[in-house]
Amino acid sequence: MKAKLLGTLATSLVLAASVAVPALAGPKEGGRANVVIQPEPPGIMTGIVQNAPAQMVGGNIFESLLRFDTELKPHPQLATSWEISPDGLTYTFKLHPGVKWHDGKPFTSADVVFSADKFLRETNPRTRASLAHVETITAPDDLTVVFKLKETFGPFIRMFEAGTLPMVPKHIYEGTDFKTNPANNTPIGTGPFKFAEWVKGSHIRLVKNPDYYEKGLPHLDEIYWHVIPDAAARSVAFETGKIDILPGGSVENFDVARLAKTKNACITDKGWEFFAPQAWLWFNHRQGVTADARFRKAVSYAIDRKFAHEALWNGMGKVSTGPFADSTAFRDESALVKYDYDPAKAKALLKEMGYKGEVIRFPYMPYGETWQRWAEAIKQNLEDVGIKVELIATDVAGWNKKMGDWDFDISTTYLYQYGDPALGVSRAYVSTNIAKGSPFNNVGGYANPEVDKLFAEGATAFPDSARQKAYSAVQKKLSEDAVYAWLIDLKFPTITHCNVKNLITTGIGVNDGFKEAWIE
Amino acid sequence: MTGFWSRFRRRRIAMIGLIVVALVVAVAIAAPYLYPQSPWKMVQRPFLPPFANALVPLGTDTLGRNVASGLAHGAQVSLLIGIVSTLVALAVGVPIGAIAGYFGGIVDDVLMRFTEFFQTVPSFALAIVLVAIFQPSLTSVIAAIGVVGWPPVARLVRGEVLAQRRREYVEAAILAGQSNFTIITRQILPNVVSPIVVLASLMVATAILLESSLSFLGLGDPSVMSWGYMIGAARTVVRQAWWLSFFPGVAILITVLAINLVGEGLAEALDPRSSRDHH
Repeated sequence: MKAKLLGTLATSLVLAASVAVPALAGPKEGGRANVVIQPEPPGIMTGIVQNAPAQMVGGNIFESLLRFDTELKPHPQLATSWEISPDGLTYTFKLHPGVKWHDGKPFTSADVVFSADKFLRETNPRTRASLAHVETITAPDDLTVVFKLKETFGPFIRMFEAGTLPMVPKHIYEGTDFKTNPANNTPIGTGPFKFAEWVKGSHIRLVKNPDYYEKGLPHLDEIYWHVIPDAAARSVAFETGKIDILPGGSVENFDVARLAKTKNACITDKGWEFFAPQAWLWFNHRQGVTADARFRKAVSYAIDRKFAHEALWNGMGKVSTGPFADSTAFRDESALVKYDYDPAKAKALLKEMGYKGEVIRFPYMPYGETWQRWAEAIKQNLEDVGIKVELIATDVAGWNKKMGDWDFDISTTYLYQYGDPALGVSRAYVSTNIAKGSPFNNVGGYANPEVDKLFAEGATAFPDSARQKAYSAVQKKLSEDAVYAWLIDLKFPTITHCNVKNLITTGIGVNDGFKEAWIE
Repeated sequence: MTGFWSRFRRRRIAMIGLIVVALVVAVAIAAPYLYPQSPWKMVQRPFLPPFANALVPLGTDTLGRNVASGLAHGAQVSLLIGIVSTLVALAVGVPIGAIAGYFGGIVDDVLMRFTEFFQTVPSFALAIVLVAIFQPSLTSVIAAIGVVGWPPVARLVRGEVLAQRRREYVEAAILAGQSNFTIITRQILPNVVSPIVVLASLMVATAILLESSLSFLGLGDPSVMSWGYMIGAARTVVRQAWWLSFFPGVAILITVLAINLVGEGLAEALDPRSSRDHH
């Protein structure tokens, strides 16, 4: 458990070499990677567009100061080293010398200050929330940046990930309207690949950045991101060899097992540790039987998670036991009250509370086959213990609206936890994050002052041992209350042809993986 | 009536259709006794092939649900939707057609332009839109199929009523002082019932197909096991598990074909001229 924490980080000067594990045979230079992008993103300027497919393409164009391995340990990227003051309030980064933007202009500390203080504060709400803990961002010289915090903020170092804090060029964006700047269509970054062309509905092409500051990288000449709207067609494209790489989520889960068995197919569930997506069942705490903890516990006991894990998720990821996903920091197994599959206990709880067959509305998440089958299985699990469930079919827009309007009793969902409870867990549980209109906040309406207090403590306590204390207490409380029914800590398998090497090396996987990848 | 039955019985192909339809009806009625458990219940390991286990003779689906049970319960749903949505279409189409044909003139013009408005929109597209707007449920699916199904009924009934309108018996009824309502319902409609019955039988088949197509697209009632749902859910695994789409596909094919055969048999048996052909 402790190994996962960043306890030793606070005072030490870190000078790690590279995230990549060097292979025995040397990498092969040149070649093209053919990748599926699903769905086609609305843009790939990741400072503006934050959705998953945009990150997958843009993560190879834009970089942040750090990079995180699958254990979520930070490694140098645009920063060569960094120092955290003993009081945890001052973060000093030394930048890589000689870095150039794709248009040839030099990258300096002024770009860092502009990106964090101006650009992302305006464009990215998630980043903005974390930056609220920052007092000042200054650049004493061209290669040094100092972040001074108002108070200690444990997950601060984890902000310097490509998708959360991408560095954007000051000389292009300063004084313009960020969202309408024409450069958003031809993005300029510092990354190993440069934007070449985007034919809407067909493909996005990135080419090697020959002036990349890390010598000898990247190995590939170009990356083609193919837009193929139909899931079955994506599988076929992989089988015929048109596509080499199917990123997580691009084929239906039922097809994963079949594709994994085809010739020259390699499969990995690594590369999701940073995002740590967790699936759970929302309960509407505001009304009806779902406001009763005994009912929520009954549901938690009634759901056969192992079955769904095997039948729907090919055994990938882990069965959830609590609100913190498996790879999220400060997870404390010993603090949890666990709800294993136990229909008898569920029935006893329902009897005790006097459940009278009230119908539970279940507008399940409409994210494709797997999620619909899962909703059907959950409904069956619940009916087996005597709970009446009405499945409600919606489309994505309709579902977002229903959840945002709190028009449900239970519903499936999954949210990224971004490696740290303060970044991705607390948002679904604290009462300050209850607001109509979004399906991604505390939709269930759980409100508990004690939990609010513990999450606030966990975010700002220092050092990590103090954070752990608060987070262990919060996990105990949340699991005792059976706030939601936690289902599975998801991993979305990446399927590649086996001659694609060294692709998944970091906690964000494909998103920044092409830097060190090669094709044999 | 006995004349009709003997005429129908003589057409062997129509009799085969009738027997198949009777079998489907029998399965639908027997479903709760054959498979008392919910067809949604996971009973075996997923992807069990057919004929491997006597308890699940047609195999299991992606979640380990009994395909045979799904087919039996699906028969109920398909027939229910086929029949009820046809009744809905008749309930709308017959009065509109009858009024248009009987009164003629401006009433006819208005009603027929209204009907044509529905006919110009592709019926399947309209059904999709309706179900999507009103959320997929048994009621909305039946309503949608009914709404796209009534215009042909209205046009048929209008034509038939128009032809009867000038007949002497109608003139006589008018002279006898009968009200328009009585003339339409008591005098004219009984004389045009044969083509309506034939059309209705064919509409049941169309409705079953339409419901299957909607469910295939994921626009069926998510709580109801239907044949179209089974095929739609099997689409992505068609290469691993052929039986998941094959059996419900065959069920739809046979049922729709059989209803069509019965419909054609009815058409011929109800046509007075055809009886002369066989003497």
